[in-house]
Amino acid sequence: MTTASLEAKFQEKVDQEVKIEPRDWMPDAYRKTLVRQISQHAHSEIIGMLPEGNWITRAPSLRRKLGLLAKVQDEAGHGLYLYSACETLGVEREDLFEQLNEGTAKYSSIFNYPTLTWADIGSIGWLVDGAAIMNQVPLCRCSYGPYARAMVRVCKEESFHQRQGFEILLTLSKGTDEQKAMLQESVNRWWWPSLMMFGPNDAESPNSAKSMKWKIKRFTNDDLRQKFVDVCYEQAKLLNVTLPDPDLKWNEERGHFDFGPIDWSEFWDVVKGNGPCNSQRLAARNKAHAEGEWVREAAIAFAEKNKQRNIAKAS
Amino acid sequence: MKSNWPLWEVFIRSRQGLNHKHVGSLHAADADMAIENARDVYTRRMEGVSIWVVESKDITASNPDKQDELFDPAEDKVYRHPTFYDLPDEIKHM
Ligand SMILES: [Fe+2]
Ligand SMILES: [Fe+2]
Repeated sequence: MTTASLEAKFQEKVDQEVKIEPRDWMPDAYRKTLVRQISQHAHSEIIGMLPEGNWITRAPSLRRKLGLLAKVQDEAGHGLYLYSACETLGVEREDLFEQLNEGTAKYSSIFNYPTLTWADIGSIGWLVDGAAIMNQVPLCRCSYGPYARAMVRVCKEESFHQRQGFEILLTLSKGTDEQKAMLQESVNRWWWPSLMMFGPNDAESPNSAKSMKWKIKRFTNDDLRQKFVDVCYEQAKLLNVTLPDPDLKWNEERGHFDFGPIDWSEFWDVVKGNGPCNSQRLAARNKAHAEGEWVREAAIAFAEKNKQRNIAKAS
Repeated sequence: MKSNWPLWEVFIRSRQGLNHKHVGSLHAADADMAIENARDVYTRRMEGVSIWVVESKDITASNPDKQDELFDPAEDKVYRHPTFYDLPDEIKHM
């Protein structure tokens, strides 16, 4: 079969909502797009543990510590589901780790912002996990089977993340004046970076159309961002916080909230490595990887020794 | 030095009476570690009562490009299904 006819057959399957599985024929560009997207997604889950891990030992109560520990452990799990989905496309996990550690792979820019106060743990749960859920729910229907299945697992676990974050903020909102101020200050810092999590505006997102055609993506960046703003508005009222956008107001005609322009120069700056914590995150990741090296080697040596022993016993 | 642990496929029985079902894969140095890792990665919320792991390289899979030939023998055998047989309406349960 010619590439053109294989491609037509592939697109027909996608159009009919037949999932593509690892050993099925797929266009090179589809494979490449998926490897990039899934590995970036996996890296984001792994790096995403760092800002929150920062507060595990300082959580204000045992209840909060248990919740945060479980959440961070889930994020590790999400990274692992996604690396495993990515490997079905013919890449090696070691290579993905290497790209992350060397700084050649990207991960979500949001994790390059610092967690300065306890309220930030609440804001991350509410806004960052909230935005992630908005992005991830449509991915459960992605055309690539292993990615879609990984996302179903991820989404099942995410709602607890967002709820624990919202509960943290709700508690602060009923606290002392200092706690209320801490809450507002934190939301001020996380609001805009959370909106940036949906990626560039549709007009600046040239690969979007292809991803939509391949049913990797189901909604555009701007559609998802709008949906997010619309739900956050009501939730912010329950927290008694002001979202830091003077242009935020209901637009009767559109049936959506209007919001102010996003500072994309900040976004690209952080993507390029100049965010507040880029180098710190990479350094922490490299340190953890290097310090685990002897464990990985010892485990292999131990497994090898046992294998030899079992062979000797059997003969 | 690369110390790549081998890849394992993980199968989980979610409760008694159900089959083990493939849930994903993971890396581990040996089978015991694969079971422990599978517990942590795939059953953090009581999703399983039993785990199987098998090294990915030991799985033989059918070729998707030969799907048509492989499954063709079953395709035209409608007489293997109960609805192929005509019965009088009076018979409700058969
Ligand atoms: Fe996650
Ligand atoms: Fe999460």
